[in-house]
Amino acid sequence: MVAKRLLAKSYAISLMGLAGTVVEVESEISSTLPGFVLVGLPDASLSESKDRVRAAIQNSGLKMPDRRVTVNLSPASVRKQGSSYDLAIAVSLLAASGTLSSASVEGCLHLGELGLDGSVRKVAGILPSLMVAKDAGIHRAVVPQANFAEAKLVSGLDVIAVDSFREVANLHGANLILEENFSATSKQEAGTKTNLDSTKDFLQLDVSDVLGQEDAIDALVVAAAGGHHILMIGPPGAGKTMMAERLPGLLPDMNFEQALETTAVLSISGNRAIANDSLVLRPPFEAPHHSASVSSLVGGGMGIPRPGIISLANNGVLFLDEAPEFQKPVLEALRQPLESGEVVINRSGGSAKFPAKFQLVLAANPCPCGNSFGTGRSCRCSDLQKNNYMSKLSGPLLDRVDIRLSIFAASPAQLALSRAKTLSKMGTNVTSAGLREVVTEARSRAYSRLRETPWMLNAQVPGAYLRKFMPLPAEVVSRLDSALAKGRMSMRGYDRCLRLAWSVADLAGRDIPNELDVSKAIFLRGSEDFGRLGNG
Amino acid sequence: MGKYGEDLSAKYLQDRGYQIIERNWRCNLGEIDLIAKEGNRIIFVEVKTRNGSGYGHPFEAITALKVSRMRKLAAQWCAEHKSAGSKVRLDAIAVLIQNGKVAIEHLKQVF
Repeated sequence: MVAKRLLAKSYAISLMGLAGTVVEVESEISSTLPGFVLVGLPDASLSESKDRVRAAIQNSGLKMPDRRVTVNLSPASVRKQGSSYDLAIAVSLLAASGTLSSASVEGCLHLGELGLDGSVRKVAGILPSLMVAKDAGIHRAVVPQANFAEAKLVSGLDVIAVDSFREVANLHGANLILEENFSATSKQEAGTKTNLDSTKDFLQLDVSDVLGQEDAIDALVVAAAGGHHILMIGPPGAGKTMMAERLPGLLPDMNFEQALETTAVLSISGNRAIANDSLVLRPPFEAPHHSASVSSLVGGGMGIPRPGIISLANNGVLFLDEAPEFQKPVLEALRQPLESGEVVINRSGGSAKFPAKFQLVLAANPCPCGNSFGTGRSCRCSDLQKNNYMSKLSGPLLDRVDIRLSIFAASPAQLALSRAKTLSKMGTNVTSAGLREVVTEARSRAYSRLRETPWMLNAQVPGAYLRKFMPLPAEVVSRLDSALAKGRMSMRGYDRCLRLAWSVADLAGRDIPNELDVSKAIFLRGSEDFGRLGNG
Repeated sequence: MGKYGEDLSAKYLQDRGYQIIERNWRCNLGEIDLIAKEGNRIIFVEVKTRNGSGYGHPFEAITALKVSRMRKLAAQWCAEHKSAGSKVRLDAIAVLIQNGKVAIEHLKQVF
């Protein structure tokens, strides 16, 4: 005798990096002794889903089938992890047992973690998951209420937000009474949240807070306009960190694609709250401590690849304070992402590609004790110590850094001057908001010039291209040529100066750099022998 | 109450054309509630009776350990009754008593 087979399925998403696959969650109920079998390569956290699902169903006033339930996550060969399958497993098995409408359940993607009391909790990676679902042709998705703002960012999907499993069950044909304490309040709160929120913490860090340091602010503006990586060297307390923290405030808002990409990475990382669960528009700022490991910075994860800090700083600023204190392998690991703007993480569970288009800001003391500036008389470091300290930064990593800036503590005279300027309103334009407008304008100038190329910012343009297709008149580059001829500048330094000159010209609103712009570029490029910077 | 459930189950099987050949057969390994015959097939039945559903479904009380013990008991019975080689089946019957009403569920081939 053949027993009647009860089958149903729903959908969930298995993410690997920003890419993912649609997972079919199919359930079968066979008429034999009660049991719950979950197959399809679930990891430990997913295997525990069985117990959450059972408790949530029973505490929502529904009945677990008193036969054996087999739930398969297909494709069964793809490794799956996390708690976001709970909801799909629960509806799929209830549809198989006939409690819910299997047609309704099958037409829907379900993402969410279940609490034992039947509440639906938020999960990581909603944004990239829904983008995958949309590409796969899924039209309807049920997501946790806490992820609703994020889910709404994906257009063209019918997104339903739920607080409790009862709501989900009612959606698919059950008729349960909703408990008050679950839904009403949190829904109202979600309603008042603004979706596109561009005011973030870093706008409150204003460059007008910085006293003196006009040169440094100037360099920061050039860095922001051209997307140039920057190295700041100066004694402790000179304001390196202060300057770096104010760089994101000078950057224009990200465009929609960039914002989506950055938000998606944040969403996967899960441990960082997305402001109001909505699209991140402001460029991110990440400042890892110098004890950071390679996998925390570049990306890692146990079994499943997870994004590192450089991916969280995607389209924003990565600030390495005390850069020579970082372990050498950590700094070296940055080279490849700096070059390609993305990073591929390989783990036993698979490999994933994460975006890593960050602007690098390095800060360093001039020597281990920090006093080797000016006459350097109070410095107690040996030459060997100084050499070892700076050699951490040397080589290919610094090849990518266009601006090398020395920052000195503001002198009393400078402070007095800047105070006077503020009073006479000469310096009123020097606010982050004002400079951001200037930067935005310069960037659009560069963008329209580089329209035909794969690059968007001056810093991305290779030197060979600059020399060949955007040549400058001989009299403009005469200083560069003579420095090159006298051996005071390498070819690499030459290219770096060209890139900077274009950014300076963009800021000044000139179509082509003039002699002054080139001179400023030479200043910004700084000494190639930065180890002895400012040393007498 | 267990006895009452077994009586009901025996009647339920007889009504459906089964022939009860033994009840509460015991040996040193344990006990089989019902042994029945359908055609030439011998059926070993575990009966679980519950009053109300407060402690879950009766079937949930039949664990993997219980099933494996039933298999051993069935083998033992076959050896003692010289019926090795005959077709056998393990079934489970749940008797649910709720507010004076009785519901019987019969699961076939539960190993």
